[in-house]
Amino acid sequence: MAVSILNRAMGVGLATVGMVCLVWWLVAAASGPEAYGVFMGWAKHWIGYVFAIGLTFTFFFHLCAGLRHFVMDVGAGFELKTNRLWAWATLIAPVLLTGATWLLIFWKGL
Amino acid sequence: MGSGTGLGRVRGLGSTKSGSHHWWLQRVTALGNIILVLWFLFSLLRLPNLDHKTVVTWLASPLSAVLMSLLVINVCWHFRLGLQVVIEDYVHGGMRVVTLGLLHLWTFGAGAFALFAILKIAFAGTPA
Repeated sequence: MAVSILNRAMGVGLATVGMVCLVWWLVAAASGPEAYGVFMGWAKHWIGYVFAIGLTFTFFFHLCAGLRHFVMDVGAGFELKTNRLWAWATLIAPVLLTGATWLLIFWKGL
Repeated sequence: MGSGTGLGRVRGLGSTKSGSHHWWLQRVTALGNIILVLWFLFSLLRLPNLDHKTVVTWLASPLSAVLMSLLVINVCWHFRLGLQVVIEDYVHGGMRVVTLGLLHLWTFGAGAFALFAILKIAFAGTPA
């Protein structure tokens, strides 16, 4: 239940904040090095990291919760125990995936 | 039609209008998003850095440009369907019409900017 509502909120976040960041990044890249520099200036600011890491987590959460819904759509996993297990997995997996992604980013120095 | 009980009139007609089609497209675009966004993430992680030249060179290749365009279309389609349901569930009356209009504007506006940017990089490159 909570996971399902969180998933909606995450979807709204991705569609608004995530989309603004994607469009800004693409339009800046198409506009030239100067505009791109402004974008990267914000991206390398601590605020940029908060947004980037937040969006990475939001994406992975939406992905995991979406996969959970795929399983429930075919009518499986509705037993109370199974359902609770997967709800928890949906909360924990995105944390691990986000951690792995950002470790890789910092390790590569991107 | 027009006679009998309400239940009798609707029995066997399936769901009204295009609800199941909406639901199905939400799933189809979700699957597309898994593939496309993960591809996008892996592509960025494989780049040596995220400098302007590196990113533009990567984005200008036919494969990246086409997949990135598909990503934008698929993402916009998916959130257009998803946010419509969220709005229909939580926003009522006149505000619902306004927010649905804004959603439409945002989907096509943001999508157009993103697609144009990708195609500009792919076709024309950028001033050095």
